[in-house]
Formats: sequence, C-alpha cells, structure tokens
Amino acid sequence: MPRVIKNGRIVEDAGSETLTLDQWLAAEDKAQAVCLEPGEAPLPLFGHLEVIPLVAINFPTFMDGRGFSYARELRERGYQGELRATGEFIRDQLTYLARCGFDAFEPADESQLEDALPRLQDFSEAYQASPDRPLPLFRRRAGG
Amino acid sequence: MYVYDEYDQKIVDERVAQFRDQTERYLAGSLSDTEFLPLRLQNGLYVQRLAPMLRIAVPYGLLNSTQLRKLAQISRDFDKGYAHISTRQNVQLNWPRLEEVPDILAELAGVQMHAIQTSGNCIRNTTTDQYAGVAPDELEDPRPWCELIRQWSTLHPEFAFLPRKFKIAVCGSAQDRAAIHAHDIGVELLRGENDEMGFRILAGGGLGRTPVIGSVVCEWLEKKHLLTYLEAILRVYNQNGRRDNKYKARIKILVKAMGVDAFRDAVEQEWARLKDGPTTLTTQEIARARSFFTAPPYRQFDAAESRSVLEEQAAAEPIFGNWVRRNTREHRVAGYRIVDISLKATGFAPGDITDRQLELLADLADRYAFGEIRTTHQQNLVLADVASEELYDLWQELQRAGLATPNIGYLTDMICCPGGDYCSLANAKSIPVAEAIQARFEDLDYLYDLGPLELNISGCMNACGHHHIGHIGILGVDKKGQEFYQVCLGGSQSRDASIGKILGPSFRQEEMPEVIQKILSTYVDLRQEDETFLATYRRVGIDPFKERVYAQGD
Repeated sequence: MPRVIKNGRIVEDAGSETLTLDQWLAAEDKAQAVCLEPGEAPLPLFGHLEVIPLVAINFPTFMDGRGFSYARELRERGYQGELRATGEFIRDQLTYLARCGFDAFEPADESQLEDALPRLQDFSEAYQASPDRPLPLFRRRAGG
Repeated sequence: MYVYDEYDQKIVDERVAQFRDQTERYLAGSLSDTEFLPLRLQNGLYVQRLAPMLRIAVPYGLLNSTQLRKLAQISRDFDKGYAHISTRQNVQLNWPRLEEVPDILAELAGVQMHAIQTSGNCIRNTTTDQYAGVAPDELEDPRPWCELIRQWSTLHPEFAFLPRKFKIAVCGSAQDRAAIHAHDIGVELLRGENDEMGFRILAGGGLGRTPVIGSVVCEWLEKKHLLTYLEAILRVYNQNGRRDNKYKARIKILVKAMGVDAFRDAVEQEWARLKDGPTTLTTQEIARARSFFTAPPYRQFDAAESRSVLEEQAAAEPIFGNWVRRNTREHRVAGYRIVDISLKATGFAPGDITDRQLELLADLADRYAFGEIRTTHQQNLVLADVASEELYDLWQELQRAGLATPNIGYLTDMICCPGGDYCSLANAKSIPVAEAIQARFEDLDYLYDLGPLELNISGCMNACGHHHIGHIGILGVDKKGQEFYQVCLGGSQSRDASIGKILGPSFRQEEMPEVIQKILSTYVDLRQEDETFLATYRRVGIDPFKERVYAQGD
C-alpha cells in the first residue's frame, strides 16, 4: 500500500484510482476522484465540488507552480474533499502546498516521507490568508 | 521606517532556520543541485563566476544606521570589505562563502533584514522613489503601500514558483522615479475623479531580451483593493504564463499574447472572487502601515534665511556650491535639502561602497539625517532630510571619504551591472567600459554642459543595467566568443518612458569611449538652446548619430 502524508501524519493509503481530467469529463458519474495536470485548470470541476471525493494535483516537476493556484481556486470555491499533491514536489515546498489547501501529499519517492514530515512545521506564522487560516496576518494582528 | 513586531521577526527567523537546514542538506549531498537552486535563489544566493553572490533585500531602498553598520560588519567579516548597490535598490555581496550564508542571514535577521525573494521565479523586492516622503512633487507617500506589498508578497504560498521573476514598483509623485513602466506591475498613486486617491495599475512592462512598456490594466483602483487586485494579476500569470521557454515566460509576453483587453478581462474575472475577501485592506491596517512613515522631528527654519546662508557659503567656496547644485535637491520642508551621495567616482565600480564608507555614512545619517539612508536604483545613496545649515559640515565629511563626486544625473552617473567580471550570465564585462567612459569624460564643465544624461550599461540581455531605458544604452554581446558592445539611443525611464533604438553594428571595448564621444558631439552640434540629449534625439532621430558614428575615416 502506498504511504502518504495526510492531515499531518504518515498513513498507509489504499490509494484511490483517479481519473484523468479527460476521463472525468467523459464520465457520467461526477462523484469520482480526478487528477489535474499542469495546464488543466480546475474550472470544469467547479460545478461538482460537493460530490468529488478527491482531487489530485500532479507536479511532474517541482518548478511548475500552476498547481498552487489550482489548489487555492478549488478551496476558495468551497471544495471540502481531499486535495492531494502528487509527483515530484519537494519537501521544502510542503508549507506552501499546505497553505494553498493541500491536505494530502504523495511524493513520487515515498522513502522521503519521514524526513519530509517535519518540514510541514517550517513556519508557524504567515502574512497571507490561506484555507487553513482564513484571515491574513494584518487582520489577526488587529484582533489580537 | 517600518519596525518589525514579533510576527515579522518570527517569520524571518524561521526562514533563516529553514535555509540553514537546506544548506546543510545540500552540503551533505542529500539535496541535489537542481532542488537547491530555487531554494538558494529565493534566499538571494547566486552561484557566480568566481564565488557565490548574495543579494540582500533593502525593501523599497530604506535603511537605518544600525542596518548600515551591520552591512559594513558583514562585508568585512564574510566578504572582502565592500558591497554593491543594485539597480533594484538591494545590496549585493560578491564573495561570501556558501556555507556561511545561513550565518549571514542570521546576522541580518538581528537587524530586521533578510534576503528573501531577492532572486528566483517569485515576487521580488518592491521598489519605489528614493525621495519618497520628502519630494515636493509627491502626491502621496508610496512607502506604506510598498510595505503592505512587501508583507503580502513575502513567502506568498501561491506565487513562489512562478513562470519567471516578478517585479513590482510603486510611484507616488508627479515625476516617475521608480521606472514603473519597466516593471511587471507598476503601481501609481493617482487622484481619481471624485478627488479620492487610488491606484492606476500597469502590467506587462519589463526589460530583458524583449523590452516592453507596461499597459494600463486598471485606470483607477480603490486603495483597499490593492492586494486582492495584485493577487488576481499574479494568479492569471501563474496559471497562464509560458513555462516552456524562459525567454518568453515574463508577464509582458502573456499580456502581449492575450492582448491587454483579454488579459484585463481575465484579471477582472479572478478579482471578482477575491474582491472584498479577507485580504481586502482595512482602514486600521492602512493606518498602521502609515504610522511607520511619519515625518521626523524637523526643526523650524526660515526658508529665505536658510537659502541666503547657503548661497553665501556656496559663493565663498565654489566647490561646495557646485556640489550643492549638483548633488542636493529641493525638500518639501523649508530649511531642508535632499542629499544624493554619488557612488560613481572615477576609478570605482559604479555602485560599490566600502565597509568604512558604510560606517561613516551610518554616523553621518545619525548626525545629519535622523538615522536613515536610502539606496537608489541609479546605484547611489540618499540622505533624505538634511538641514541646509548643516550641508557644509556634511559635505566636508563626504569630501574626505570620496563620497562627494558632483555628478548626480550627469553622464558619469552611470547605471552599470556587475557584468562579466562577476556575473556568470554576462556576455561581456561592463565595469571596464564604465571606467573607460568615466576616465574619458572626467571634465566636469563638459559634463554639466551636456546636461542631464542617463547612460546605462548591461553586460547581457538580462538587462540588469537597464540599458533599454537609458538615454544612451550599452549592451554587452557575444560575437563568436568575443566581447562586443551594442549601443542604443533614446530610451527613457520616466513618465514619457521609451525603449532605446539600436544604433547599428556593435563595437569593440576599446572603441567605446570614442563612440560615446561621437554621439555626444553630434548632440552638441545639433541641440537647440537648452535642449537635452533626449529632446534632441527625439527631434532629429537616430540617423545623424548613426552617420557620425559609422562615418568612414579618411
């Protein structure tokens, strides 16, 4: 069973079969997991966010940052299901990924998971609003 | 100036710890070159021709004397005792050791400084007018807005892996001293129809291989929407900017490809969702940002009296008078002047400053300018608030330290990138060209007669020396392994921004002073009365210059 980081812990994961965007678009049943590649903006998913159980966003190379925006677009439109980063992202990107709304991480090389996990804690503060902390620092500062 | 609270400090401290871990992993071999590359770049660290280069952020060009002293100490302890002011108001060290960079960053964090996002495909340091807050032509102080942008863009999780680098500049005055037309985003403070101040937003400007003047994407934006609007632009760019070719990856290419109207529509569509969301600025936050940029405790002076005292001193000592005329400018408060400190003395690389000079300037800033100093994108420094009656004392000190070269705004006040002497990207050296031109045109009377002239030199297409927007631009090119120099004329970085036009075939390094001489003689022959170089060029076009420069000798 593949291992993934999910909600801050390393877990064994049965792995959900994901459809490619094309397969998902063709499928009648929209309540299926789908995987987006760079260049596949999440727009077609927006009408079905309540039924999709998992959106995976793949990073074929860690330098391609489109997936960060896709994740935020999905969360800002109310997507509550699992949002999983897959592929070649690196552990040094985990805090950014988490702050864009990813809650599951399935790196291509799963032997790295133990070393990667603590990197989720690299930053305890951030200026920007994010799905896990909806108020930007300036609003929290004012309240505190 | 802005002062960190515990949140700002924590973010910077945690960043240092993160980079220390990354550097250790890299040195231990567990982080590959490819993976370490963007991580070190986003902490300001390049690997250069001879040694690494560390670019330290100077947010919108503002430094206090404590920070200056720290930079002096760092340049002495970790480098060769000098630093370089970059064209984006940052400070560069040319000889740090990679394994010591985390220590340097920790030292910087101790004085509320960092090197975050000074390089890499992310949002870079926000730059602005070096005379912000003191310029008589200012509509509104841009610095609070720069600080708000700094905080919003620092470690922004969505925009750390953009298609390419991204630069924002803010202008709040009638004259644009921030080159906002040559930035990925230009923000201009503007009075709206209802008399309310807001922003005009430009996008898609930039230099580099394909220089482009920015287009207006929003004619007037209410202030509280600044960050959400910027976020919408960045989001459109992050998703749609080209990633297949780094030379076509800047936002200027996207704006051109989509057309500015379609680009604006896409931004508006994104913005519709972000607008009025939590990132919308609050009155309280705007007031907080402003509270850091209030006027220092100015003394009361009689304007007429200050002026006449200064005139007397100038008449008694003409060298001082000349310096006042060339290197100081009008301040919005009576009895004060803005002082430009030229880092363009003949024989020194443009923008370089030694540790001792940095320390002296820290002392002078404390004594004469409320402890603050600014860096400029022309690679000079500014003491923004000096009482007229103290100018003479200040000048004597500057003079002794070689910091009173009276050439601000003239030919020898060149912008020049580090070029092939340091930079691994460069095609050609730029510093020796600058030095040869400085040596050739040392005669001050001739310089003053030429009037305001911007000569910008870049060692390669990346255009760090902003050659496209110099009145005279010089670009280092590689011709079959040989260093050559291409000349362009007629660029401007001001409100009437324009991209220079290429004069013709390129020249060898040793020909350059003569080429510049011919261009200048053409101007002198053709100018009408007080016409500037740029105005003459715009009137007569490039042909007369071309004819003179390429004329066959007998």
